Amino acid sequence: MKHLNFRIAPVALAVLIACAAATPAQAGPNGIRIGVLTDMSGTYAALAGNGSVVAAQMAIDDFGGKVLGKPITLVSADHQNKPDIGVAKAREWFDTQGVDMVNDLVTSSVAIAVQKLGAEKHRITIVNGAGSTALTNKECSAYGVQYAYDTYSIAKGTATALLKQGLDSWFFLQADYAFGAALQGDAARIVTSLGGKVLGTVKHPFPSSDFSSYLVQAQSSGAKVIGLANAGGDFTNAVKQAREFGIKQTIAGLLVFDSDIKALGLQTAQGMKFTTGYTWELNPETEAFGKRFFARFHAMPTMVHAGVYSSTMHYLEAVKAANTDNPEAVMKKMRDTPVNDFFAKGGRIREDGRFVHDMYLVEVKTPAESKSTWDQLKLLATIPGDQAYQPLAEGQCPLVRK
Amino acid sequence: MAALPQHTAARPQLAATLAHPAVQWFLLLLAGLGLPFLVYPVLAMEMLCFALFASAFNLLMGYAGLLSFGHAAFFGTGAYLFGYASKMLAFGPLASLACGTLAAAALGVVFGSIAIRRQGIYFAMVTLALAQIVYFALVQAPFTGGEDGMQGIPRGMVFGMFDLQGEQTVLGQTAPWCLYLLVLVLCLAGHALIARLLASPTGLALRAVQDHEARARSLGLQADRIKFWVFVTSAALAGLAGAMKALVLGLASLTDAAWNMSGEVVLMTLIGGVGTLLGPAVGAFFLRYLHHALAGLGGWVTVLIGAIFVICVLLFRRGMVGEWRAWRGAARV
Repeated sequence: MKHLNFRIAPVALAVLIACAAATPAQAGPNGIRIGVLTDMSGTYAALAGNGSVVAAQMAIDDFGGKVLGKPITLVSADHQNKPDIGVAKAREWFDTQGVDMVNDLVTSSVAIAVQKLGAEKHRITIVNGAGSTALTNKECSAYGVQYAYDTYSIAKGTATALLKQGLDSWFFLQADYAFGAALQGDAARIVTSLGGKVLGTVKHPFPSSDFSSYLVQAQSSGAKVIGLANAGGDFTNAVKQAREFGIKQTIAGLLVFDSDIKALGLQTAQGMKFTTGYTWELNPETEAFGKRFFARFHAMPTMVHAGVYSSTMHYLEAVKAANTDNPEAVMKKMRDTPVNDFFAKGGRIREDGRFVHDMYLVEVKTPAESKSTWDQLKLLATIPGDQAYQPLAEGQCPLVRK
Repeated sequence: MAALPQHTAARPQLAATLAHPAVQWFLLLLAGLGLPFLVYPVLAMEMLCFALFASAFNLLMGYAGLLSFGHAAFFGTGAYLFGYASKMLAFGPLASLACGTLAAAALGVVFGSIAIRRQGIYFAMVTLALAQIVYFALVQAPFTGGEDGMQGIPRGMVFGMFDLQGEQTVLGQTAPWCLYLLVLVLCLAGHALIARLLASPTGLALRAVQDHEARARSLGLQADRIKFWVFVTSAALAGLAGAMKALVLGLASLTDAAWNMSGEVVLMTLIGGVGTLLGPAVGAFFLRYLHHALAGLGGWVTVLIGAIFVICVLLFRRGMVGEWRAWRGAARV
């Protein structure tokens, strides 16, 4: 019996040869190749996903499709939010496809893993999708940039704005995993540093669909603000249930995307304040980009999409200015040149890889204020970049000389 | 079994030589050495890790008739403990691999002593429940990095002379050959261990227990004890596979320990052919390659893999290797 099983060995060889026939041709060392590694099928597909591929292609087209006399090509892949798949794909891109830069990188675990790989292989990685501050602290890289936002800046913008209105006592609902803990920790520090009080925190499993007991606890704490240190489906569920309970306290989302507002609907979400790095309603320039993107993708861009466009453009400009695709030279140019486009005014990449640019405090419009399906937000305040992000001195990036 | 030698003796000399186990292992080794020339080397190593994982699972499902739905716990524990030993304790790669394997084996002892008396759906549910406990422990444990995973695990050196990190060029193909050889050898050794175990008296007793447990008991076989040790062996090999994957990719993440991984290994085994020695490996190669080749298609990956699974269940119930064997068997009669 054992013998029979093994007769397959010669067949295994044949299968291997068949596999080889299906392996795509390897790219030459010439030309610039950009990879978009994103979530195309899971939780973050709306927020990043195919929209990021479209944004990167737009940037390449707008740049003219060529740099240093050679064509710019784009590859993309779905990492399914799994770091092992993401890293294997990125490794292959670097090793055999000659990919010079990887963009998007939604999901913190994938982003951290690929940024580490980029540092090892000396390739540039630009994170737009993931918000973990670990990327510019413990895990920072000389070849990595975190571009669109991070959890610190978003939590800080929202917390500061609410404290200014006198909403100074907080109760947190926290998703019980590393991301929730980081978000709650950042927000709680900001609240106490500005003279506010944290009355308590309750942890809920990730993901959850029933928030009733946590909301009751938050309600009975008497805090003026209920801070939601969670994201995506947890966030929208908690908000909906808080509305159904008729909770009067202010609900503050610490990580909110335009796609969440779309999911909640203006009726439920109206009046909510949060911080974002981009929304098309800000000014004529952001609107112009939004409309151009809409024409291609039939949805308005999220801040991740806008970040992918802007950072890809910045990268290509740097290649052109440096007159080489050498990653060290390009990275230096990227750091030395400020970004001035629809996304950022005078934006700069810091030593720890943090791209510092203005953030925006926005409020969700009421259904009466909204003129169209995509008209959701109004600008309350602009938070200057140097106040929005974690100061370099407080960071833990080993690359920063203190 | 008895009819087989006569049958092979009647075949032409070449076929007889090819059928010899030693020749078969050699051919497998050759195929393994050729793999990095055909597919991207890191993918090849990942395929080998999953091949071992699926074979470990198949040892339990195909030969003991126990469907474990918690094998991801062993795979994940192997990966994390390898990472912990290699990164935090600065152990060498071999010692770290041993740590991962032993940790998974120890976990197998715990799981086994709780679950082994159950059968069928109850066994599957108990193992799933235990695996979920392990999953949540890994989410919360301080050393795992939660959902960010454990990153940047060093590959290190073996015996102070073979650099697993660096790349070498062999016959024009640049790849981390030292690492590849280590993974290939360990993967084949794992398979050899399974083959040896099944050919031994214990293996025969195991099959007797699977075929008719009550009868095996009446013959004096200690069914629970045999199943228990096979369970622990399977857990240890799954842990070794997980540890090797962490070594290859340099990271351990919750994907390795999530219940989806337990499902994936069932899928690999079923598509390849349950109860055949090489079936699970073939299934693992096929599915990992598919995942990889289809990654560019985005959201369609899950749909396509689902469709392939449906087709396999409808058309190839015995799995690829199982159907091929049945076809060969039918042709010979």
